[in-house]
Amino acid sequence: MKKRTLSVVVENKPGVLTRVTTLFRRRGYNIDSLTVGATENPSISRMTIVVQGDARVIEQVTKQLYKLIDVIKIVDITKERAVERELVLIKVKADNNVRSEIVQIVDIFRARIVDIGRNSLIVEATGDSNKIDAIEDSLRPFGILELVRTGLVAMVRGGGSNEK
Amino acid sequence: MLLNGAQILLRCLKEEGVDTIFGYPGGAVLPIYDALYDSDIRHILTRHEQGAAHAADGYARVSGKVGVCIATSGPGATNLVTGIATAYMDSIPMVCFTGQVATPLLGRDAFQEADITGITLPITKHNYLVERTEDVARVVKEAFYIARTNRPGPVVVDLPKDVMEGTIDFKPVEGEVNIRSYRVLKGFNSGQVIAAVDLIKNAQQPVIYAGGGVIASNASQELRELAEKRKIPVTTTLMGMGSFPANHYLSLGMLGMHGTRYANYAVGECDVLVAVGVRFDDRVTGKIETFASHARIIHIDIDAAEIGKNVDVDVPIVGRVKEVLQAINQRLEPVDGMSEWHRTIERWKREYPLRYGPSCEGRIMPQHVVEKIYDLTQGEAIITTEVGQNQMWAAQYYKFKHPRRFLSSGGLGTMGYGFPAAIGAKIACPDLPVIDIAGDGSIQMNIQELATAVSYKLPIVVCILNNQFLGMVRQWQGLFYGGRYSYTDISYQPDFVKLAEAYGAVGMRVKEDKEVDAALVEALKVDDRPVLIDFWVEKEADVYPMVPPGGSLANMLGGE
Repeated sequence: MKKRTLSVVVENKPGVLTRVTTLFRRRGYNIDSLTVGATENPSISRMTIVVQGDARVIEQVTKQLYKLIDVIKIVDITKERAVERELVLIKVKADNNVRSEIVQIVDIFRARIVDIGRNSLIVEATGDSNKIDAIEDSLRPFGILELVRTGLVAMVRGGGSNEK
Repeated sequence: MLLNGAQILLRCLKEEGVDTIFGYPGGAVLPIYDALYDSDIRHILTRHEQGAAHAADGYARVSGKVGVCIATSGPGATNLVTGIATAYMDSIPMVCFTGQVATPLLGRDAFQEADITGITLPITKHNYLVERTEDVARVVKEAFYIARTNRPGPVVVDLPKDVMEGTIDFKPVEGEVNIRSYRVLKGFNSGQVIAAVDLIKNAQQPVIYAGGGVIASNASQELRELAEKRKIPVTTTLMGMGSFPANHYLSLGMLGMHGTRYANYAVGECDVLVAVGVRFDDRVTGKIETFASHARIIHIDIDAAEIGKNVDVDVPIVGRVKEVLQAINQRLEPVDGMSEWHRTIERWKREYPLRYGPSCEGRIMPQHVVEKIYDLTQGEAIITTEVGQNQMWAAQYYKFKHPRRFLSSGGLGTMGYGFPAAIGAKIACPDLPVIDIAGDGSIQMNIQELATAVSYKLPIVVCILNNQFLGMVRQWQGLFYGGRYSYTDISYQPDFVKLAEAYGAVGMRVKEDKEVDAALVEALKVDDRPVLIDFWVEKEADVYPMVPPGGSLANMLGGE
């Protein structure tokens, strides 16, 4: 199954997130990740939804989403030239023996160490999902204590704005 | 002008042309009912909120206007839910107002608080929780606009008590509704219309498959023009009953699970299928891979999400059915031909008419009752149904001539729909006979509405096809579960005649074939109260033909 990234521009109103997620649940579509946040226009929010499915599923998802009254615009940015970013925080086991090794990995990925504990480090990294997967894999051998990913946010390159 | 929220609400209703609403009072809607006390809006008091929702739905289906119902918070609102879901599945325009606890109490599990916007999220076209009196007028206007435009559907407006009590200096909302994320669909793709016209012109064995969208779009005339111009046989869905006259020589009756053999054969053999205002429901298509498998499919619908949802189509046209059909008709010349195809269909009609055997028990056959109702009313009555065998027999044996005369819960399949819907229908259309074709199971689901019908002196005829079973479920148990009639025997029943009389209605019981006609004639003469006729029918009559669930339309049981 293919992953698609939909950028969904919605009214910034209470309950809109519920409307969107209820639709996905009810119609049986799988959400890989969903992020939502403010935009340059306070009356508009933007959701970035990564969804699994073939072309038919994505077409149905898009059409069903458009039927929600609060949905303004949907772009399938899988097909567009877009910047995609995700942020991850990884708390990794790090005693003195491995610390320098971890720091090297962090440098390679252009990540940052944002907290140092006695036996652990918190690493912050941003990038597209492949990069985040890669850093996660690289740090796993040291022992990951906690991990949180924000999910994908994305923006189409070039001109164009939220409202058409 | 200083008005409170409730007064503003009623003023907005009048603005929308609402003269009748269906409802049931309660604590949270006291301000609204207080305002109604001085209003000339007619409020029909039902005996259960579900009755109010179905009545508003029936009113909407018959009149083509937006149906309006109102209930209090908590249990009042949750009692509307089945009625809202029924309207949603059948795309019926409705606005449902619910009371809500005062805004400071929201989210605190207050007395009679229910999250009705949350509950109705997946069964409404849209819903609102109004948090300020200043928003009432705008929200009401938007709610009606959304309910009736594009693909119609129910909209819930939740009104906290303090919002209804709050007083503001009221100014009417000027101008058209403008919602940036909701636009009324205009026009259609004319290239696709040309493609459709080409397919129709070159078709040797075309069939039109017409549904509820034809009725919602008031496009029966246009549909008939297309059929007659090109001599195309027409089959309708349950929701499309009456969109094309059933006694027309091009009519194939209903298709699908309990459709006619000739309709299902025709769809199986056709080379072009013109699907108009339909959604390829599983009860229509049967096994989807074999549905119209020789046909190029043209699909006309206002809802883009219906295109390709269940079936891949060759020529999708998103637009208003009426406008699209007009455009297609303009580009088509009348033809005489198609005689080969018509001969085939005529042969199927001769060989496989709808038919039923004589009674095994010397009882009345339920189909016979429906046929008699048709004979006496000549297809001019408004027929409502409950759900199950009664619904299918009504659809098979009553030949509908006009749109908006057949009211049935097609999508959700709601038992208990027919009687309250008949109340709404009778109020919308007092001059037509209104008959609820019911089962002994279904009628007991909203029997309390007899009090409503009696109190408003509504001469509705309820024909209970009483087989002492939950007949359709029993039929499936008989066919697919080895005859194990698990909990479908409902032979313990009230005395329906006495029950009717207890409510102040007329009760009749009919046990013999020869009494059917006279009883119906007498019932249709009553003009000041409902009549309930308890027809004791064959207990184990089945609905045929039947496509077993998941089977192909070509493989029908019965009716050979």
